[in-house]
Amino acid sequence: MKYIAVIFLLLALGTSGAASAAIDAYPFPSDEQRNQYNGLIAELRCPQCLNTNIAGSDAMIARDLRREVHRLVLDGQSDTEIREFMLARYGDFILYKPQLKAGTIVLWFGPLVFLLIALGVIYRMVRRRRSQVAVLNDDDQARLQRMLSK
Amino acid sequence: MSDANHDVRTDSSDRSVATNGGVNKSLLIPLAVFVGLVMILAVGFNLEDPHFLPSELIDQQFPEFSLNELNAPQRIVTHKDIKGQVALVNVWATWCPNCLIEHPELMRISREEGLPLYGINYNDESVKARQWLVRHNNPFQFNIVDDQGKLGIDLGVYGAPETFVLDANGVIQYRHVGPVTRRVWEETLRPVVDLLLSQASQSSTVMEG
Repeated sequence: MKYIAVIFLLLALGTSGAASAAIDAYPFPSDEQRNQYNGLIAELRCPQCLNTNIAGSDAMIARDLRREVHRLVLDGQSDTEIREFMLARYGDFILYKPQLKAGTIVLWFGPLVFLLIALGVIYRMVRRRRSQVAVLNDDDQARLQRMLSK
Repeated sequence: MSDANHDVRTDSSDRSVATNGGVNKSLLIPLAVFVGLVMILAVGFNLEDPHFLPSELIDQQFPEFSLNELNAPQRIVTHKDIKGQVALVNVWATWCPNCLIEHPELMRISREEGLPLYGINYNDESVKARQWLVRHNNPFQFNIVDDQGKLGIDLGVYGAPETFVLDANGVIQYRHVGPVTRRVWEETLRPVVDLLLSQASQSSTVMEG
């Protein structure tokens, strides 16, 4: 049992290490700035590799962008300012969590619209089924009575 | 028992006739969903390149920079030096195989098209880059040394080669990602360049008039 626990612990440690490939050790004067940097590189998307954040990519552009984020953080820029900086150069693609605006409205509310459509369809199906059960015209009623009385 | 079964059958067929009105509309829903899906997938699979990102810099001034020139390291070139004419700005590097593929076409454009080409040597070692230009010839008026990739970031570049078309005012009008082949020149870049040249000559005649 002990061995299994140790193996699981090692596995857990191994995956947590693999989650970020960034190994450049940038100096930060304060922990707030280090946290700001780590937060930003986790939420910025690597434009070259399509499905990794710049923290987890070894691509050259990801390395350059990390350096740029580091520079901007040390410059005293806020998260919003740094996001704007990246947006102005790389567009909505750079953010894993796109901003809410006309061009991204489908992205944000599309799923909700589909959910509403689905609920509407289900509602109609249920209602129709109910009304079908309820509809027994006089002939049917008479026949039902005949069968029941048999 | 058999009576009851018979009854049920006639009943259900009655109902389908009642809701029919010619064609049962609910039968068309799966077809509509299928056609919709096919259309979405057809568009999705025919996108030119999943790596293609629209440039944020179209219709904007070329970003300001002040960097060394590759072959004259003591010389500083700036954004003002690439302004004034319709021009191509090409992002290249020695580590980029597609830059070698497009190189003959860049040579031809610089020889035959009467259009200035400016190079950005992107994330590269200058010594290697100078040797590369000696070996393969130099189509560029001058080369901007962007060894830190800083100008690349300001341009929204994420690889090489990329080619920007600038109008005479230094405004970015078009961006091409990937090698400039003869076909790319003929089909995409040349029309943009021709349009810009005709606009430039029109505005200059207006000013003369």
